Amino acid sequence: MNDRKPAGQQNPMESAATRNKKPNTKPAKLTRDVQARLGQQLRAMYDEVVNQGVPDRFTELLNRIDGHGDKDKQ
Amino acid sequence: MAMDESVRKAVLAAVPSLRAFAISLCGNVDRADDLVQETLLRALANIDSFQPGTNMSAWLFTILRNHFRSEYRKRRREVEDGEGRYAETLKSQPEQHGQVEFKEFREALSQLPSDQREALVLVGASGFSYEEAANICGCAVGTIKSRVNRARTRLAELMSIDSADEFGPDEQTRAVLAGGER
Repeated sequence: MNDRKPAGQQNPMESAATRNKKPNTKPAKLTRDVQARLGQQLRAMYDEVVNQGVPDRFTELLNRIDGHGDKDKQ
Repeated sequence: MAMDESVRKAVLAAVPSLRAFAISLCGNVDRADDLVQETLLRALANIDSFQPGTNMSAWLFTILRNHFRSEYRKRRREVEDGEGRYAETLKSQPEQHGQVEFKEFREALSQLPSDQREALVLVGASGFSYEEAANICGCAVGTIKSRVNRARTRLAELMSIDSADEFGPDEQTRAVLAGGER
């Protein structure tokens, strides 16, 4: 038998960290820290796709429309 | 059709961001790429309606967004819950782009209403101003602002609920494992 219970569920670490970092008191529900982290994740996810550049199918599509597709084929 | 070199450049330059936006809208890379392709074909067929000197990227985003909306409405008539399907699509390809750390975020994002999601992505990731995002979505600037705010609040709620959920079972699992070893 084991009597150990889940601990630390009410850990106020996050709000404490936020208070230490930025004493910015906004009446909004979200702290600046949380907003910043959400923004970072959103951009990181988005940029991951952006950094893939232009897939060949789109360059080829423009070449075809432009009428010099054969010339540019490799 | 001969394409102006500056048009060609501007269109190609917008493609990476269009793809990222399209993926955030439909949650599926293949469908997103089809959406981008259809957008480019529409745009180039109507290139005369583009006003030189204005933002090519914003113009393409508008076409993509409108096209997605009309497609989405059609599909929603076929399949009842569009949002549920989006979430399912995401779950079936959890690590499409590698990073496991985005999984939780992606899932939270997928639970937002689509108008909030698109507003958040346009302003928070694509780098459009509130005014540009309002033009793209065909609504008032104030509407975009409130959608972005609601999206941020909801995301924060979803993310913190998720991590609290994870903490409990994980602790319990560890306790069980530790108990089993002794």
